[in-house]
Amino acid sequence: MNIPILYNVRSVMQRRTSTALTALGIALVVAVFIGMLALANGFRAALTKTGSNGNVLVLRRGADSELSSGLPREAASIIAASPHVAIGPDGRPAVSPEVYVVIPLPRPWDTSSVANVVARGVSDQAWTVRNNVQVVEGHRPESGRAEICIGKKIAGRFANTEVGQTLRFAGRDWTVACHFSAGGSAFESEIWGENEQFMPVFRGEVFQSVTFRLRDPAAFDEAKRSLEADKQMTVDAHRESDFYSQQSALLDFILRLLAGVITSIMAVGAVFGAVNTMYAAVASRGPEIAVLLTLGFRPRSVLASFLFESVIIAAVGGMVGCLLALPINGLVTSTTNWASFSEIAFSFRVTPVLLLSGMIFAVMMGVIGGFFPARRAAKLPVIQALRT
Amino acid sequence: MKYFPLVWANLRRHKLRTILTILSVTAALFLFASLRTVVTTLGAASKFGSARRIVVTNSTGIVFPLPMAYANQLRTIPGVQGVTWANWFGGRYGDGKRFFANFAVDGPSYLELYPEVTVPADQRQAWLQDRTGALVGVRLLDVFGWRVGQNVTLQGTIFPGDWTFTIRGVYTPTSAQFQDDALLFHHELFDERIGRAGIVGWYVLSIDDPNRAAQIGKTIDDRFRNSSSPTKTGTEQAFNASFATMWGNVRLLMGTIGLAVVFAILLVTANAMMMSARERIGEVAVLKTIGFSDRALFGLIIAEAGVIALTGAILGLGGAKVLYRATNFNGLGFLPGFNVTASTLLLGASVAIVLMLASGLVPALRAARLPVVQALRHVE
Repeated sequence: MNIPILYNVRSVMQRRTSTALTALGIALVVAVFIGMLALANGFRAALTKTGSNGNVLVLRRGADSELSSGLPREAASIIAASPHVAIGPDGRPAVSPEVYVVIPLPRPWDTSSVANVVARGVSDQAWTVRNNVQVVEGHRPESGRAEICIGKKIAGRFANTEVGQTLRFAGRDWTVACHFSAGGSAFESEIWGENEQFMPVFRGEVFQSVTFRLRDPAAFDEAKRSLEADKQMTVDAHRESDFYSQQSALLDFILRLLAGVITSIMAVGAVFGAVNTMYAAVASRGPEIAVLLTLGFRPRSVLASFLFESVIIAAVGGMVGCLLALPINGLVTSTTNWASFSEIAFSFRVTPVLLLSGMIFAVMMGVIGGFFPARRAAKLPVIQALRT
Repeated sequence: MKYFPLVWANLRRHKLRTILTILSVTAALFLFASLRTVVTTLGAASKFGSARRIVVTNSTGIVFPLPMAYANQLRTIPGVQGVTWANWFGGRYGDGKRFFANFAVDGPSYLELYPEVTVPADQRQAWLQDRTGALVGVRLLDVFGWRVGQNVTLQGTIFPGDWTFTIRGVYTPTSAQFQDDALLFHHELFDERIGRAGIVGWYVLSIDDPNRAAQIGKTIDDRFRNSSSPTKTGTEQAFNASFATMWGNVRLLMGTIGLAVVFAILLVTANAMMMSARERIGEVAVLKTIGFSDRALFGLIIAEAGVIALTGAILGLGGAKVLYRATNFNGLGFLPGFNVTASTLLLGASVAIVLMLASGLVPALRAARLPVVQALRHVE
């Protein structure tokens, strides 16, 4: 037979300060756990969302990023003529040969330091190829004019990025024609202009990448084979989504490792706290436990009961931790994507799954912290305990 | 001091509790030291740089090259003593999982401008004389198990193809902030293999008077303002700082976590101290009755908290210091010169003292103010 849960709840209420301190300790561990993983999640989500499953990104063979790649115009024409390229509503192939460079923009709060921002020169087809990209303010840059469109995440983070203002880079003035959103992806940290405008001011007659929409998203392998086998060019074809997820791999790994190390060390401290609290609880309730055992409750029930008490404390801590971590959801922060050598802004992402894992983590701390004290309670010598 | 045996006896009463509490403090201060060292290491990296060196880059951005022809013009600028140049190569070794920097440099002038790079004289000669030779940082030998004389092949990501170099020398940096895991090879070879494009990633100049750095920089930028590749000249320190700031808000992140860690452990310690004190109400009353002053009782409990906090601090801070030194940790090359500084140790020690006072204060005050008669009722 089980000891009623009410017994544990009331016992916990008896020692409010000590319980609250232990729960708060666990809450902090859970909050840090959720916070750090929300950071890793946000970064990964930004990059994963950048690529589309139905798009192919073509780079020069061996290049591991758009920055290190270079493709001549002929390669772009060959790719555009490939039968695997989807045909847009206007009857033209949905392909965007792009210029990709990183430019320094002075940070508004400290003009002596600069952030490296991606400037991407795209064809007018790019807006069809990247179907998550949408102009939210202003109009698309017009062909042949020195106009640019600025990703929503960096608009406002740097000077002269409002619509209608003039931004100077690469020795020219560019009019900000619009702001665009891209579903929270890394594109939102980029500046887009026309490829033919960017080419002469940056690297001359060379594209960095060619992105196209697949006619049949299932035929990626076929498209890859035929492009890479073409003797007229030396290219690697990547599925756009895989390419960007892979870019997030290193930093994602570092963040998760850091989260793991930091929270497990913290968890050790919090578990010790729970152990102390529970041992004290068991010690101060010797006669009570003896009475329970005398009444005929099995030692196993006593063990379960004390374990449950520890889990209650931990779960309360876990919930408080979740509440502490919730406000960071959506906060925008930035770091450098070392794979592209550019700054990327992204939001912390606290997901329900993350909250759930935080709770599981808390409960685990409770179980580990409560086990040995609970076992002591279960093994209490009845006669001796009754005397005290 | 004469009460120490009493403090000791109290600590030994619940050995497990004392040990667990000390270990919590140890874990907290270990984390504290680690997190703060990340911040100080990045800080040191952004301050690193000789005042006598300035860096010239393309004003369009760090990824754009400058013409090699600028070298001769730069030498004629008044105040410039030496000129060297380098190009980021971005080669990948093996599966590319362990990243390390690799540059094409002009060997003789590079070694002259960077006295931090020390190479044994014979190896220096051997490297300078071998066109396909490489000079590697001492750490890379450990990481990959390389030895001098061995051939290593990098895959070019920016400059395609397989590039094979012979390791001719190993350098040891004299400064902790100077990376010890880079591979350097000859710019001459680089230029030849990319078809004599005559490009340079950046120039490093040594100047005669550090105070004139800004003025010399302006002269250079003015000289090239209307050329095809305008320049941006700044101190070496600013150049390094621009990379350190690229991490974003690391300081804030580490600071927040550090605070949470310390606070969480404060709760654990305070809880343990309160539990100890509560169990001993009767004893405290007896001690008061036999003549212990309020102040002595206050001191006894604070001393007990102190032993716990300080033992934890010594283990945690000392452990961090020893561990990172013994494993020569450098954050996979991202945190060169990772070393727990004296200021971190001192700050950690102050955290321990705050911990002692904060966790001991409430129970100590309670003991000191205990009404004896009422408390004696607890004694059986």
